[in-house]
Amino acid sequence: MTADITDIASKVGDGERLTDEEAARLFAHPNVAELGLLANAVRMRKYPESVVTFNVGRNINYTNVCWVKCDFCAFYRAPGSDEGYTLSKEQIFAKIDELVAFGGDEPKSNEILMQGGLNPKLRLDYYEDLLSDIRDRYPSVQLHCLSATEIIYIAHLSKLPLAETLSRLRDAGLDSIPGAGAEILNDDVRDIIGFRKDRTQEWLEVHRIAHGLGMRTTATMMYGHVESMDHRIEHLRLLRDLQDETGGFTAFISWNFQPDDTDLGADSERWNGMKATGFDHLRTVAVARLYLDNIPSFQASWVTQGPRIAQVSLKYGVNDFGSTMLEENVVSAAGTSHMQQMGLDNMERLIRDAGYDPQRRNTAYATVATRPRLEALAAAS
Amino acid sequence: MIYQQQIERAGLTAIHAKVIEGQRLSADDGVRLYESADLPILGYLANLVREARHGDTTYYVRNQHINYTNICNKSCKFCSFYVKPKDERGYVLDPEQVAKRVTDYAEVPITEIHMVGGVNPKLPYQYYLDVLQAMKEARPEAHLKAFTMIEVAQIQRIAKKPLAEVFADMRRVGLESLPGGGAEVFSERVHEDLFWTKADSDDWLAIAAEAHKAGLPSNATMLYGHVENTQEKVYHLCRLREVQDETKGFLAYIPLSFHPERTEIDHLPGPTGQLDLKEIAVGRLMLDNFPHVKTFWIMNTIEISQVALWYGANDIDGTIMDYEITRTSFEDTEQRLTQKNLLDRIVEAGREPVERDSLYNIVEAADVPVAAHEYVGQQANAGSLA
Repeated sequence: MTADITDIASKVGDGERLTDEEAARLFAHPNVAELGLLANAVRMRKYPESVVTFNVGRNINYTNVCWVKCDFCAFYRAPGSDEGYTLSKEQIFAKIDELVAFGGDEPKSNEILMQGGLNPKLRLDYYEDLLSDIRDRYPSVQLHCLSATEIIYIAHLSKLPLAETLSRLRDAGLDSIPGAGAEILNDDVRDIIGFRKDRTQEWLEVHRIAHGLGMRTTATMMYGHVESMDHRIEHLRLLRDLQDETGGFTAFISWNFQPDDTDLGADSERWNGMKATGFDHLRTVAVARLYLDNIPSFQASWVTQGPRIAQVSLKYGVNDFGSTMLEENVVSAAGTSHMQQMGLDNMERLIRDAGYDPQRRNTAYATVATRPRLEALAAAS
Repeated sequence: MIYQQQIERAGLTAIHAKVIEGQRLSADDGVRLYESADLPILGYLANLVREARHGDTTYYVRNQHINYTNICNKSCKFCSFYVKPKDERGYVLDPEQVAKRVTDYAEVPITEIHMVGGVNPKLPYQYYLDVLQAMKEARPEAHLKAFTMIEVAQIQRIAKKPLAEVFADMRRVGLESLPGGGAEVFSERVHEDLFWTKADSDDWLAIAAEAHKAGLPSNATMLYGHVENTQEKVYHLCRLREVQDETKGFLAYIPLSFHPERTEIDHLPGPTGQLDLKEIAVGRLMLDNFPHVKTFWIMNTIEISQVALWYGANDIDGTIMDYEITRTSFEDTEQRLTQKNLLDRIVEAGREPVERDSLYNIVEAADVPVAAHEYVGQQANAGSLA
């Protein structure tokens, strides 16, 4: 028996913007099917066709060396560690060759999500050289690289303003910027989970400048650690405000903290030991869809949620299955075990089973006609 | 209002009206529900029924599972548990071993023993009675729930007695109810394909009805997500509903999510999360005369089962300590769940956990304290449908 949310439902029906207080009531509303009903109504208003899109891409983690040592991360190695690595250009090209063999050569159709640690040895010229080489060599690749955190650090190391750093990266071939590193946009929370990391306003500023330069970016949220529901709402409000200002976010992606082998996961004083559930994910995605009325696309988080909840999320406001992600290392280092279960054929089956046609898109959400070659993947593995 | 608009857009207005008025849904309504892609609306409708009957109450039971034999001559294609007679991996627990399994858990506050096994043609009639008696003596206060309708068919065959007498014998040595397994899908086509040696739907339903008349309530299941079609599932639900009108002996309906791993039909992808939730919702909406709908988290995954509490399920099973049947399939991906986790999940979902006994009497918390982090079972990882 739950509280009445019909006043909020009628605002949703009329397409009115929700307040923070209304978002809080939705987060406190346990009838998750009802939240799904409302979020799905909004999703269908924005995407009336029975289509779920997906992207062909892979993650490349060019280095795991990172001095920031965030407590929620199991991927990094501190500078000086003998487990630290930085991929050579040849290694990176080999990974891209695999992706292109799979995804085909339509221009800007294959997404490279290249991110890494904050490695003190890598300066702006390293990135300019690497990005421009990839751009020149692979016209089919969309370079969706470098989180705000990395960009801030590159600017700092190179003693350049953010705007100049970003425009030089863009001129070298950077097409768009992923939303990673947002975690929860609240400095109290950031102090607890990764105090050396960039501040809330710094993360937002990178995206603001990128949008101003005509680059598109995505927005993320990592929840389920030390934050409260109010922190989640504050996070969503900051994203909504920036989107009102710039319109530069293409998508919203949320996932829950993966605790395995992280300092935060092992610290019972900071973290309550309760990994966020699928129930919480569906609720969070639905409330975000209802509140974030100005961000167009919502991506499924199958790597962390698994195929069952990811598929159900398609009825909770999600319109896009995300990337085929031929490689993922970061959340996989922290315990998620779903990477091996999601080939393109399974992804398409889940989409069809939910009543939609799967449709390939690129990072800019334009339709890609080329069908990926599953056999290329089999040959590579 | 947006709810009405969405229900209308989904073509479910007439069904919504029937649900509100408490009218029985037709077989055509069942097909329409299955064919709907509007999952949250199905949940919304099923939840109206669930809350009208049970409010926020979410039952769970603490029980012990015992599988007395894995030897089975049925060779069902969807099963990864059985071995054929003569296979060296075959086992049979004798009455003393079964009793030891029970006494091994004497410190764990269970209220029910759930025992099922393969159809093992070597076992004499007296074996079944001895096993029941040994369990009852080992733990007299625990409710004894044992033998699917399929096993009962075999037991009757060797007993060479009318079913009523078999049930009377079993009640005398302690049997109190029957589980709901072995129903699979009531379809000649599926029966021929996947489990042709087993009792068919008419037999299953007739044995269940006889059990109910003999004073032994049971559950009912449906195994979905393999080769069945929508019409067959609707037929299954309608047949269960007919028998229930007659006997009132079914306690709970439990849709079972097929897991293809290590079965003969492991080329099938298995059911999706949306189908898992849809089965709970359609079951709740169609089976208007079943008191309870249970989500079995061992097969649904705990992630889906928690959400299912808003799709019509009012019972989450459960607190299971030795479930060999799924362990065979899932040993690569097992996850452990403690009693505390299970209750936390129910509470997080905004529901009220209530411990029940086998007949849905409330077990007072004071009598059976909840042991924090008590180990209660294993599940397939949420990703096991790959």
